[in-house]
Formats: sequence, structure tokens, C-alpha cells
Amino acid sequence: MNEVRRLLPDRHTVSHPASPERLRERGFDQALAKAMAMSSEAIIAEIIASGIKGRGGAAFPTGLKWSSVNKAAGQTKYVVMNADESELGTFKDRVLLEEDPLGALVGLLIAAHAVGARKAFCYIRGEYREVEHRLARALDILQQEGWGGPDAVDVEIRRGAGAYIAGEETALFNSIEGKRPEPRVKPPFPTNKGLWGSPTLIQNVETLANVAVLFAHDAAWFTQYGTKDTAGTKLIALSGHIQHPGVYEVPFGMPLADILHAPDLGGSLAGSGRLGAVLLGGAAGTFLSPDEVATSRLDYASLGAVGASIGSGAVMVFDDTVDLQWVLTKLARFFAEESCGQCVPCRIGTQRIMEIAEQGNLWTRNQDLRALSQAMRDASICGLGQTAPLALLSILDRPGLRRDA
Amino acid sequence: MGNSVTLMIDGQSVTVAEGTTLRAACDQAEHVVPTLCWHENLTPANACRACVVEVKGSRTLVASCSRVAEDGMDVQTASERVLNARQVVAELLLSVSDAKLAPDLLHLAEMSSADPVRFTGGATWAQPVRQDNNLYVRDLSKCILCYRCVQACGDDAQNTFAIAVAGRGFGAHIDAGFGRDLPESDCVYCGNCVAVCPTGALMGKTEWDLRQQGQWDESRITQTETICSYCGVGCELDLHVMDNQIVKVTSPQDHPVTHGMLCVKGRYGYDFVQSEDHH
Ligand SMILES: Cc1cc2nc3c(=O)[nH]c(=O)nc-3n(C[C@H](O)[C@H](O)[C@H](O)COP(=O)(O)O)c2cc1C
Ligand code: SF4
Ligand code: SF4
Ligand code: SF4
Repeated sequence: MNEVRRLLPDRHTVSHPASPERLRERGFDQALAKAMAMSSEAIIAEIIASGIKGRGGAAFPTGLKWSSVNKAAGQTKYVVMNADESELGTFKDRVLLEEDPLGALVGLLIAAHAVGARKAFCYIRGEYREVEHRLARALDILQQEGWGGPDAVDVEIRRGAGAYIAGEETALFNSIEGKRPEPRVKPPFPTNKGLWGSPTLIQNVETLANVAVLFAHDAAWFTQYGTKDTAGTKLIALSGHIQHPGVYEVPFGMPLADILHAPDLGGSLAGSGRLGAVLLGGAAGTFLSPDEVATSRLDYASLGAVGASIGSGAVMVFDDTVDLQWVLTKLARFFAEESCGQCVPCRIGTQRIMEIAEQGNLWTRNQDLRALSQAMRDASICGLGQTAPLALLSILDRPGLRRDA
Repeated sequence: MGNSVTLMIDGQSVTVAEGTTLRAACDQAEHVVPTLCWHENLTPANACRACVVEVKGSRTLVASCSRVAEDGMDVQTASERVLNARQVVAELLLSVSDAKLAPDLLHLAEMSSADPVRFTGGATWAQPVRQDNNLYVRDLSKCILCYRCVQACGDDAQNTFAIAVAGRGFGAHIDAGFGRDLPESDCVYCGNCVAVCPTGALMGKTEWDLRQQGQWDESRITQTETICSYCGVGCELDLHVMDNQIVKVTSPQDHPVTHGMLCVKGRYGYDFVQSEDHH
């Protein structure tokens, strides 16, 4: 047994995902009752004790963020669930919301209570229509069970319209405000000036689900799994040349090799059966060589040593027949199509990388691409432009991964 | 003097008033950073990234046009990363847009030793000129998407909101709504967008026609200061006169009433002055 199901309901759960029975079966009713009786400070202290970090990609300490929003000056505050999930190879929030929509919503209500927000938004990817229906149903259940109503937090679901960039937190605020989803310059940070200029707490779906299970138990239970640096479990979206692609929940610190090979996880490689590379963290992630995969663990420190990060939890597996130049071309096209176009390094830079890739010149124009990538990382406004060249750089740094080399 | 902050700029200690941007602080220290989209009377758009500087402790470079100086900041205006970013920004823009009438971009290219062909060969902004009205011409092949026109048309000055950025990525562009011609849009022809455009992408029709005919000659243009006669607001006008004909009207950027912005009458209603037929 390698999978640990805590965010995902365990396999014996029988109740409907959006039902009062589920609320009780998962202990979320008690989690809400417990949290609502606690002060902001006590809730935040519990989050800090659990060591939860953001699961949307940046791994920012969640307790610190809640504390900032709680302390920020202002009468009106907002909390937002980020369910825009549009990173390539990332589909864990979808599965989480399908299988257990109440968890993330309970986390959202606890967040609102902790920071003093009366209004919450769930911003969900437009293509996730079925998921949205389930989320809406779960919201109804919470209200019927007495966790909504006029004196409680008003939760509104907003649907994205097909832009990856709208998942970037400040672009998402603009989208909710009815504007173009162009990222804003930071600082000011959302904790001080988010939606309509008010302090705003924004968290990924999975982060909020962690909060729900934490309050259904306690910090000691929560930290039973994971590493010294990062407690808990992580949802992994496994795809590509793998026997059992899908979403799995595993403890932080698990060897990457186990994720690929364990019978109840990836179940070994598909395709040629020989590993070519793993792209960790989605389009903005890092390619790892088979050797690096063999020695790394799902842990920020371990992956940091090979220049990689967990990102959103996307793990894309490529066998040794895949030409990674072709993969890079696909990734480059994704960024060129998804850039908002606001700033020069990203607007023109992503286009040029795509063109150079399509012409098959990625290896010959190494120098130019490195200068361009550096400028994009340094001078782009937001994370999209800053990380768009990372996968390319990871291969320029690992010439052994080139099929045609 | 509680309201001042002290920071280091290229190793030199500088004290500025609280709220001063890094760009202004660098100006004060005489370590001027280049800018393209920044404009003294507009909200910083943060779009061009030519003004980035390195701030110690910051993962990325920082746009100096909008970042406010803080006590103890350690700023580099010419580090290796800054120089690379500036150079690449210039090279990318040169690979896309016609910079002939964009002095700030040409200056950036020169100061950063940009190689004008390094990133050429791909898609460009070349597109047909749009002459759909009698007052100004849109030659968006020259556009660098600095957002200045959008801001001047929006809540920085005109509050008409006739134009906006549409499309995304490389396809992002200035648009009067669904690709419409200006007469079909909400434009009121104040020409404030033209006044702030740094590239000649927006240009008064008179100037455009004279340039097309090869007649535009800065050396023959004189400027005459006057006050607009249309209403009682008192906007100062600079009449740009060539061969005894008004060829352009602007207002000084530092004028307390206009801040460089005018209305359609002051900016384009000058034909009557030159009419032979005064009644
Ligand atoms: C281009 C881009 C797209 C993003 N998309 C998402 C997304 O779909 N979902 C998400 O939770 N975070 C996304 N993020 C990260 C958010 O900006 C933000 O950091 C996150 O929602 C914070 O939540 P967390 O601390 O719980 O991870 C994206 C960031 C960037 C730069
Ligand atoms: S980095 Fe790209 S996506 Fe982000 S603001 Fe700039 S152009 Fe838009
Ligand atoms: S002329 Fe005036 S109203 Fe028309 S687009 Fe320009 S700024 Fe807007
Ligand atoms: S038209 Fe001129 S002012 Fe408007 S974005 Fe383009 S270059 Fe800037």
C-alpha cells in the first residue's frame, strides 16, 4: 500500500459526494462546528502547526497567508477558491471536486471565518461543467445543513472562459471584476489588495481540502504523513507512458520511482517500457532524466537539488522513443496561445520560442534562447512568462535527454 | 523629515520623499533608467519592462516605473541581468514593429547594444494602415502595445473608453471594439491617444498626409503658444506651424489645466484659422 487517501475519500466511502451523509461520513460537519467555535488566531495557529503549504504550485505557507489577510486593514475581505486548473497535465482538482466537493467548500468556509470575510468566490474552469454542477449541489447541501443563510458567508460560483492565465491569482481577480484577465503588478499582494482592492485570501482547491481534513482531525493526525519540511499528502496527476494514469494521493517524501512503479500507483511504464524522461510540474515544469527520477523524492528539498519542483503535481511520463523537441514545441505553443500579451518578454518571447521550436532550431540557437529565457524569467510580469522557458532550459541543461543528439 | 526614505542606487546612497518610485529615485541619482510605456501623466502600465532594475532580495527584476522606493533597498540599474533584459526587450520589439518614428525605442536599442536582427524572421506586426476618419490615422504596424492610448482614452484622462486591448498573446492589439472603424466606435476624436503615442502608430491626419508626401520637416516647424478660444476652460495650445499652416496642435504635458490632454475642438478644430473666408 503506497496510496494514502485522506483528501480523497477512502475507497469504502459509500455516500453520494454531494450529500448530507457525506458531510457526516467525512467528519466535515464536526470540522465546521469546531472551527466556527474557534477564534481567528486559534484557527490560524492550527493551520501553522499543520504546516500546510499551497497546492496550486507555489507552495507558499498557508498559515502565513491567512495571518496576513486576517491582520490586513479593511472592513471588507474576500476569500477565493481557485479551481481554474488549466495547467497542462494537471487534473487533480477536477477529480478532487468530483469525488469530494464538500471538502474544499468546508475549507473555504473555515477560511472565510478565520479572516473575517463575508463573501467567497469559487472560480472554476469553464470546461468543468459537470464538476461545477456537483460543486453547486454541494453548496446547496451545506446551506440546507445550516452552514449558509443570510448571516453566513455568501458563496458565489464564477466560471472561467477558457484562459489559462485567469488562474493566476490577480488575473483571476480581474476576471471576477469583469475585466480582462491580465495579471496585476505585485506588490501590492492580494493579502492587502485583491478583489476590488480589498484584502483577499486565495487558495487552490486542494489546499482548502487539506484545511477541511485538518479540522476534521487535528495537527498531530495531519503530520503523521509527509516529511519534516512538508507535512501531509499530495495529489499527483499521472499521465503519459504509464500503465495506470490517473490521480493518486501520496505522502510527501515518496520516491518518484515508487509513484511510477508501485502496483497501486503508476504500475510501471507503458510504451517501450524504458523511461525517457519525466516532466514534473506541468508545462512550466522541469524534465528529469531517468537517473534523477531514480534518486528523487516527492519533496521540495529533494527536487530542489535537481532544479525541479512539484508545482501543481503533474507528472508526465515519456518513454525513450519520444522526441522531446516535439514535446517542447507543444509546450511552446501552449504558452504562446495562453500568454495574455500584456508584457513584451512574454508576448513576443513565447511567440519566438514557438517559432524556433517549430523550425527545429531549439538546439542550434542555444545562446539566443538562453538570453531570451533569462529575460523572460527576470522581466515578465507574472508567473506565466517567468516560467514559460523552464522546461526548455531543463533540456538545454540535460543534453542527454535529446533523442536526436 | 519623517517622510523620506533612503536607499542605495548603484552603491550610492539616495534620499527621496516617501512614495517616490524607483524610476524617479534613479532619475534623482542621475542613473536614469530607460522607459517606453511610462508617461509622466499616466498610470504606469508596467507593460514594456524596459525600466526593470535589480533589487537585492527580489527573485525577479522589478519594474522601476511602478515600484515604490523603500528604506534600505539596494538597487542595481546596470547589473548583468538588467542589461540582458533591456537588450532582449529592445530586440523583441524591433523584431515585430516598425520603430522608425519611435525615438524612445531607438534610444533603448542603442543604449543596450541591441542586435536588431537577433529575433527577426518570425511573425511581425505588419498590417494595413487604417484611415477611416479625417482626424487621425492608425498605423498599428508601429504599435508596441504600450497601453498609453488605452489609458489616455480611459480613466487617466478622457474617460471615453473607446479603445482597449483585445486578443491575447502575440495577437493582443489595440482595438476600437470588434475591429470596428473609428467612426463606428465610441471615439470622440479628442486625439489624446495620439498625443501620448510614443511610436507614431497614432498620428494626426495632417501630419500623416504631409509625411506621405515627403513634406514633413521638423526643422521648418515653429511652435506658437496660445489659449484655446472655444470655451472658458483655458487650455493652453501649442500650434505647430509649417509654411504658415497649422500642422498639429498639442498642449504642454506640464500644463496645470490640460496635462497635455485636449478635446476635439482644441486639437483638431483649427481649419477655421486658416480659412480665407472669414465672416
Ligand atoms: C499562469 C498561472 C496559472 C495559474 N493557474 C492556477 C490554477 O489554475 N489553480 C491554482 O490553484 N493556482 C493557479 N496559479 C497559482 C495562483 O496564482 C495562486 O498562487 C494560487 O491559487 C494560490 O493558492 P495556494 O497557495 O493554495 O496554492 C496559477 C499561476 C500562474 C502564474
Ligand atoms: S508574463 Fe505573459 S501572461 Fe503574464 S502578464 Fe506578461 S504577457 Fe501576460
Ligand atoms: S481620440 Fe480620444 S476618444 Fe478617440 S480613441 Fe483617442 S483618446 Fe479615445
Ligand atoms: S497605438 Fe501607440 S500609444 Fe497605443 S499602444 Fe500602440 S504604441 Fe502605445
